[in-house]
Amino acid sequence: MTVDPHTLLAIVAMAIATVATRIGGLVLIRFVTIGETHRRALEAIPPAVLMAVIAPTALVTGPAETIATVVTALVAMRLPLLAAVAAGVVTVAILRMALGA
Amino acid sequence: MAPLIVAVMPIGLVFGAVAAGKGLSGAEVTLMSALVFAGGSQFVAMDIWTHPASWAALAFSALLVNVRHVLMSASLGAKLQGFSGPAKYAAMLLLADEIWAMAEMRAKEGRLTPAWFAGLAVPFYIVWVTTSLAGALLGAFLGDPKVTGLDFAFPAVFIVLVMSFWKGRETGAVLAASAAAAVLTHQLLPGVWYIAAGAAAGVAVALLTGRHQEASA
Repeated sequence: MTVDPHTLLAIVAMAIATVATRIGGLVLIRFVTIGETHRRALEAIPPAVLMAVIAPTALVTGPAETIATVVTALVAMRLPLLAAVAAGVVTVAILRMALGA
Repeated sequence: MAPLIVAVMPIGLVFGAVAAGKGLSGAEVTLMSALVFAGGSQFVAMDIWTHPASWAALAFSALLVNVRHVLMSASLGAKLQGFSGPAKYAAMLLLADEIWAMAEMRAKEGRLTPAWFAGLAVPFYIVWVTTSLAGALLGAFLGDPKVTGLDFAFPAVFIVLVMSFWKGRETGAVLAASAAAAVLTHQLLPGVWYIAAGAAAGVAVALLTGRHQEASA
């Protein structure tokens, strides 16, 4: 149960960044009205970031990961989050074993 | 609000388990869940985690992933008439996607009071932190995450989250641009620049398609 100083610093930095986004909106509406262009840009950031994070794993890591990505996405269309995540995890574990990766 | 709390439990457990797999101690996992309290960005942090941790890269990626909170707190902020000044800020510190959605619904149907908000957000927070710790402690027994496939739990959560942001063809264009820019940058540059590149490409496409729509409207 130890806390590494680098890890602590990283956690605090993440917390500060996150708090800034949480109260940012409250501060913002006191000074400006958010226009259509701003809203569009802000709305595009989260899906773009998430896609960027998974893209190397999903596209250029190996066939097991790419297939599991497709399976997860397909299951997510019909079933809740946990079922989709479970499907992805099981798929990748089986495929890695089968493909020897 | 009970289903919401039940739903967050396994996600907290998975987070704790894979964070432990990345070498974080139970205390570190608990601290992160307690201080950051933003699942998406915590999952991203695990994906790009290094030893020693790079605070600048982690804070930057947390900022990018959580920037949606700015919109949420701006929208919800206008509906917190029953809250005192400090209570508004205290409430927004516990802002999360699910809490935001429930609070918006409540504001539409009736009155959003500080007591109602606390009754939703505080148990949600406590469950997130405690299940993260439980997951970290249990994770040590689960073995190599690469063999169990648990290392894929994070990307899988992201895939589902990406799908939940889907709003039609426009989203498809944003995602395609982000994926292309991220893969290219990932091959060419070290570190987490690929995340910023993907975000920038996605925003650029969103603004371009927006302008195109306005021009043709």
